[in-house]
Formats: sequence, structure tokens, C-alpha cells
Amino acid sequence: MSATAVLQVENLEAYYGPIMAIRGVSLEVRQGQIVTILGANGAGKTTLLKTISGVMSAAKGTIHMNGQPIHRSEADAIVKQGLVHVPEGREIFPLLSVAENVEIGAYSRSDKGGIARDLEMVYSYFPILGERAKQAAGTLSGGQQQMLAIARGLMAAPKVMLLDEPSLGLSPILVEEIFVILKRLNEEQKVTMLLVEQNARVALEVADYGYVMELGGIVMSDEAVVLQNSKDIQAFYLGVREQTERGTRRWKQRKTWR
Amino acid sequence: MDIMQLVVSGLANGCVYGLIALGFVLIYKATEAVNFAQGDFMMLGAFITIWLVNAEYMGLNFWVAVPIAIVMMGIFGYLLDVLVVRRLFGQPQIAVVILTIAIGFVLRFAVGAIWTHEPQLLETPFAGGIANVGGIVLGYEEIAVIIVTLLLTGFLFLFFRRAKLGKAMQAASQNQLAAYYVGIPVKRIQSLVWALGGAVAAVAGILFASKGAIDPSTGLLGIKAFAAAVIGGFGSLPGALIGGLIIGMVEPFAAYALPAGYSQIAPYAIMLLVLIFRPAGLFAQMQNKKV
Ligand SMILES: Nc1ncnc2c1ncn2[C@@H]1O[C@H](COP(=O)(O)OP(=O)(O)OP(=O)(O)O)[C@@H](O)[C@H]1O
Ligand SMILES: [Mg+2]
Repeated sequence: MSATAVLQVENLEAYYGPIMAIRGVSLEVRQGQIVTILGANGAGKTTLLKTISGVMSAAKGTIHMNGQPIHRSEADAIVKQGLVHVPEGREIFPLLSVAENVEIGAYSRSDKGGIARDLEMVYSYFPILGERAKQAAGTLSGGQQQMLAIARGLMAAPKVMLLDEPSLGLSPILVEEIFVILKRLNEEQKVTMLLVEQNARVALEVADYGYVMELGGIVMSDEAVVLQNSKDIQAFYLGVREQTERGTRRWKQRKTWR
Repeated sequence: MDIMQLVVSGLANGCVYGLIALGFVLIYKATEAVNFAQGDFMMLGAFITIWLVNAEYMGLNFWVAVPIAIVMMGIFGYLLDVLVVRRLFGQPQIAVVILTIAIGFVLRFAVGAIWTHEPQLLETPFAGGIANVGGIVLGYEEIAVIIVTLLLTGFLFLFFRRAKLGKAMQAASQNQLAAYYVGIPVKRIQSLVWALGGAVAAVAGILFASKGAIDPSTGLLGIKAFAAAVIGGFGSLPGALIGGLIIGMVEPFAAYALPAGYSQIAPYAIMLLVLIFRPAGLFAQMQNKKV
């Protein structure tokens, strides 16, 4: 195990009933990094994050955070240890106000001073949430709810943040906006991130390292710049259409990792 | 009979229905289980208090016994969830329904076997007192029921608005998955909601038994409280209380105006009307529940 790995996942397996959704995944996230996981729909990305954050239980394998095993811990204990999961699809508390949603993100903490400081920090990154503080969270727009989910996650003062498709359903401008904020949080607040994305272009722009998932397993991993330049990634995730002589698109070619 | 007196006694009954309905809604919202034993919880709370207070049993001071009974019912609710209800996690809803109905039966027979099947009256310090408010003669018991219900409602309102635990209970009931994600110990919170349901039932039982006799089968009036919860929207706490008050108020007037036998139908007739014309209840909340 490398000394700088904050999060270390080894040979993880997870099931839905008899169906194996995660097939022996190993990955590591180092201090201060943004690591991205790319993959098509149904590849198992969400399941992987749920298993790491303890919302689902792992059938096999280990998960360590700063050297401590967390694969047998309950979800609330894992949050206490400093790993927070910002779920896919804006899972907010619709009837609580925006401010209450943000504050409940600090449920696992009791350091009043730190919480107050983080509240200020969160509202400075997401001023729109401050403007809408009193409103019921369910009445926010989709993009605002996504910001709220991230803000709520930050309130746990995470050492590692798992982000599941923060760009889902957002306009290109808002995607840019959210990713700029994520990058700033990573640089300014030193939040280490494991970022699941369909939008490979923006994800690889901010990420240091990337994994590609297919059918519940990791099929490829490399530095983000390397992935950006990989022909397969370009073809399958970045939508670069290289014209061949006969005008057929590259995606008809076999993927090299198979 | 004086209209005002009908109103007040209806209000007092309505408070008890409302508190039982509150228990239904609390547990339903937080755990998605309907506790059909809620009326029997009320009855058990009453009998525990009678056992602690009445001279023929323990003969404790009333004000000492009441908090003990409430705490005992809280512990009862908590343990029932931890030891029994939670084991059914992942089973179809109907399993929990049948379980709680069975628990109701068990409580009825257990209370009868431990204490008595005969009607009992709780000996309260304010028994028999009468106040004359502007020409209306009111029993102390009825006044106590209304005041205590108001206080408990106010307490619960503040608890859910201000306390961290109350917020966590709301959060867990609005979006259970998200509650896990923010580090709320959802299972423990659910057990604590059962505890709260038990404690509120104890208060309802104490109020009920201080204004009239109670026997082990009295818990069956939980069905009326269930109707109250449905009228209120089965998801809204204020709705549950108001549903209880509506049923409590309608009963004495129905009994006054309709032939005996028909008046008993009134609560359910109202429930049917509400279900037909406002299927989401009178106080439906904006709901955005995730699966
Ligand atoms: N609750 C469930 N029960 C059974 N199977 C499930 C469940 N949730 C997900 N699956 C299956 O597990 C596999 C992985 O799903 P997962 O949600 O992890 O994919 P994903 O990579 O996050 O996809 P997306 O990009 O669409 O979010 C899929 O085949 C899916 O059908
Ligand atoms: Mg997903």
C-alpha cells in the first residue's frame, strides 16, 4: 500500500441479490488528487461508490482510508471518518429548507466553531444557496439541487469526497461552473475527490488520474492526460469522430482493451 | 344538553385520537411501517400508569409515575423496533402490517392477564374537579387533556424545528437514502422514532384513562385514530391532530342527532368522504419521495 493513498480499494466485489455488480475492483486515490471513474451506463460506477461509502455492503475485498479498514463499517461511521458520498441525482431533503439541508450535512460533527467556518466557506462557493436559504430545497432547480448536494457533502468536512455524476442533466455552462468550483475546492480546501462521470471531457480536464469501468470491472487506468490522448477514450467517451477513408466512424473498431 | 359541553368533551376525545394518529404518522413517515398497535400502545401506557399510581397497585405519586410511564413506553417502543420490527426489514409491507396487528392482540391479552380485563380509572390529583368558565361547566380532566395536548404539540413542533435529532428524523423520513449519505444513523433514528411513538401513546393513554375508564380492548379505538390520520393526509403531523379533533368533535354531535348505532359510523363516513374528494388527505404535503 502506498504511503500517500488516502483511499485504497482492493478486489472489491458487490452483489444485487445473485447479480454481481462489482467484479474485483482495485483502485487508489492519493492525498489531494482528483481521480475520475469513467464508464458507460450500467457499468457499476454508482454501485462502486455506494459500496465504498458503506450504503451497500461489500461481499469481498477491502477498503482502507488512511490505512484504516472501513469495508465493514456502517455508512454513518464512514462519514465520521471523513469520507462523504455526494450521490447521483440530487438526493436532497425536499421539505427541509436549503439552509437546513446544508446544515444537516454536518450531522456527524460536533465542533461548533469548525461548522460555522465551513458554513461560511460553503456559501462563499455557492452564493446562490445563501440567497435561497429559506426556500424548501425541493423547489430549487436541478442545477441548484446539485450544488446543494455538493454543499451538504462539504459540510461533513470530508477528507475524501465521492461525487457521482455531478454534471448529470445540467446545461454545458452550469457543468463548467460546477467543475470550476470542484477544482477550486480541491486546490483551496484540499478536498481529495473520487469523481464518477459520463462527461469524460470535463472530468479528464480536472482529474489527475482516471479509471475506465465496464461490466463491473476496471478495464483501463492511467494519468488523466494519457487517457485524454488515448484513441479509445476519444472514440468512446470524448465523442471524437475520426474519419477514415471510407467515412466509417471509429467506434466500429474493436476497443483495444478487450 | 349544552352545545359548548358537547364541543369540549368532543375536543378532549379528539385530542386523544389526535395523539394516537400522531403516533401512526410519526412511525409511518420515518419507517414506512404502519403500526396498527398504536391504539394498544395507548392502552398499555394507560395501564402502566394505572399500575404505578392507583392505590390498589403501587400507589406512587402521580407526578412521579407519569414520567416513569412515559419513559417506559419509550423504551418499549425502542426495543420493539430493535428486537422485532427491524427483523422484517426487506419483507413486503404486509408482513409489518400483520406483525403490528398481532402485537396489538398480544398486548391486549397480556395486559388483561397481568392486570385485569375490567375497566379501570386512573386516579389523578385533579379527578372530579369542576371549573365554571363563563357559565360553561368543564371537568378538570377535559381541561387537562386539552392543555397537555397543546403543550405536547408545541413541544413536538419545536423538537422537529430546532433539535438536531428532530431534524434528523425529518430528514430520514423525507429521503432515507440521502440520510445515509449525510451520516445519519438511520436505523437508530428509526428506533428512536418508535420510542417517540411509544411515549406519545403513553401520554394519550394517561389522558384517556384520567377522563374515563379504560380496559384492555380500548386500544381498538386506534382504528378511529387511523381514520383521523387518513383524514389528515397520513403524512402530516398537524393533519393527524386536526383529523383527530374532527372525529372527536363529530362523534358527540352524531350521537346527539342520529339514532344509536348509526352515530358510530360517522368517523368512517368522514374518512370515506375525504378519501373520495381529497384522496391525499386534508393536509397533504408537497411530497417528493424517492424510492
Ligand atoms: N437496486 C438494484 N437492483 C438490481 N440491480 C441493480 C440495482 N442497481 C443497479 N443495478 C444493476 O447494477 C449494474 C450497475 O449499476 P450502476 O447503477 O452501478 O451503474 P452506473 O455505472 O452507475 O450507471 P449510470 O452511468 O447509468 O449511472 C447495472 O446493470 C444495474 O442494472
Ligand atoms: Mg450511476
